[in-house]
Amino acid sequence: MSYIHVDALTKQYGTRETAVLAVRNMTFEIETGEFIGVMGESGSGKSTLLSMMGALNTPTSGRYTVDEIDVYTLTPDQRADFRREFLGFVFQSFHLVPYLTVLENVMLPLTTKRISAKEKRAMGKEALERVGIGSKSDRLPNQISGGEQERVAVARAIVNEPPILLADEPTGNLDTKTSREVMDLLRTLNEEGMTIVMVTHSPECAHYAHRILRVSDGLLLDQKRSEDSHYIREKERGRKDKIESPIEGP
Amino acid sequence: MTVKDIALRNLRRRKAKAAFVFLGLLIGVSAVITFVSLIDALTQDIRHKLEKYGANILIVPKTENLSLTYGGLSLGGISFEIEQIHEADLKKVQSIKNARNVAAMGPVLLGAIEVGGRRALLAGVDFEKTRILRPWWKMRGEIPDNNAVLVGALAAQVLGVRPGSQLRVNGRSLFVSGVLEPSGSQDDQIIFTRLPVAQSILGKEGRISMAEVAALCADCPVEEMVKQISQVLPGAKVMAIKQVVKGRMETLGHFRKIAYGLSMVVVLVGGLVVLVTMMGSVRERTGEIGIFRAIGFRKSHIVQVVLFEALIVSALAGILGYFMGVATTRVVLPLFTESHGVAVPWNPTLAGGAFSLSILLGLISSIYPAVLAARLDPNEALRAL
Repeated sequence: MSYIHVDALTKQYGTRETAVLAVRNMTFEIETGEFIGVMGESGSGKSTLLSMMGALNTPTSGRYTVDEIDVYTLTPDQRADFRREFLGFVFQSFHLVPYLTVLENVMLPLTTKRISAKEKRAMGKEALERVGIGSKSDRLPNQISGGEQERVAVARAIVNEPPILLADEPTGNLDTKTSREVMDLLRTLNEEGMTIVMVTHSPECAHYAHRILRVSDGLLLDQKRSEDSHYIREKERGRKDKIESPIEGP
Repeated sequence: MTVKDIALRNLRRRKAKAAFVFLGLLIGVSAVITFVSLIDALTQDIRHKLEKYGANILIVPKTENLSLTYGGLSLGGISFEIEQIHEADLKKVQSIKNARNVAAMGPVLLGAIEVGGRRALLAGVDFEKTRILRPWWKMRGEIPDNNAVLVGALAAQVLGVRPGSQLRVNGRSLFVSGVLEPSGSQDDQIIFTRLPVAQSILGKEGRISMAEVAALCADCPVEEMVKQISQVLPGAKVMAIKQVVKGRMETLGHFRKIAYGLSMVVVLVGGLVVLVTMMGSVRERTGEIGIFRAIGFRKSHIVQVVLFEALIVSALAGILGYFMGVATTRVVLPLFTESHGVAVPWNPTLAGGAFSLSILLGLISSIYPAVLAARLDPNEALRAL
């Protein structure tokens, strides 16, 4: 059985006349270490799908399992624990807590963990170093740039070393250069073994994915191995150490 | 980084909201402390004032006869019962359980004497105790010594004496040291002297006719004290002047009820202020709560964040509320009483009560907003961002 299994997942908002099917009967599987891109127009249901995969939005019907855990049979508290242990979220608008410093924002997922404050700080700092902004740990979110905020969001998502990273338009609010930096960061994390599911509008970003799920009107249209995938191309060329970003700089 | 750190950071960030909750609790707690301290101070004050009404327990010899005196009008001669009380027996009263509630006890010896061919009533009293037992006395002259008497207003008029006069009583010459001003009571007709002098003149050494007791405290068990005194003085009849006692207790009781009622209203309003402010704060933080839930906070963690904030603010309000309440009482007390020297002491029990009340009020008022925050759908909450 695959690591992530989405089986006939359906989400309906409203009832009867006002009913809207945001996600219709979607079925797919994701293997450990895959980088999945989810593409589609606005309102196609990709964000709803991601929120259901994030154990945040109970599906109307269907089944969603991760590592053989049937997520929506868990109690709300168990689902919270699942999110903490299995998932890292990167949101389009960063969603940083404005009154906490960069380091405190990164340490947030560790808040409810029973480990020492010293250990939490060390883990937070390590995550910030990994995303390349270790020097800005004492700044507040409004004191750093958008790209840096996105990096903080990524650091927060990975601080707990979750096996899965869910990213919702991670470069939606960033310029091309910063987008490329963030995508390179996600690719590095993926190469380190993290399974990534990323919702995106951007074909450039989608090139980083191994496989692209195209959704439209709540339906999964197709899922293609990204032949044009930057990762795959580089792998085939055997020049992974000299990767050139597919995104052109400004 | 802990749940407490998040709560503290949020308080620092949302200072205005925190200040509003703090003020709501502070006003509530300090008002309650003001009321309670004021009641205590005024109770103390009223007690002092009520003590001026004199004795409320009488110890008289046991008699089978009914009194034939009403409103100072006597319809028969004074009967002197066979069973008189020995002065030394009164010491037994000091051994009763509620002895500390006895403010003053004054022995009285009554006897008929001949003064200038007229019959008069001589009363031997302890003048030190009469200050408490008969606080209404006003006199011209001085308190008599062992060779002097104090004459009631009517008796002085009938006998034609004034301060400085001499009286011959049963062949003994006594100096009139003072004359009482009219009081409308039976005292106007009596000649007072020191108890040993009266005992000597009347030939009743060591004996007394009755004793007056002033007993009072906030919760004075006067009926109980009557029983206790009766037990130690089996030969005497002990009576409570119930109207006075009842009146005193009712006055204090009414005062307390009003103050407690007002306190409850203030506490309720304070609680509502906290509730409304915390609700607003939770609504303002919807997105933030969504983030917390998305990264793995359980509902109980959200409740902890909100309640810990309330706990910090209410603990501070409790401490400051106590000091503010006592200070306010000290400022407003002169508006309620003319007495000086009524103390409003620092009371650790009341301080503990204020602290507990504030925390209880803060937490109870924050439970609903906390549960509301915890119940937010994380997906919906994230959309609010």
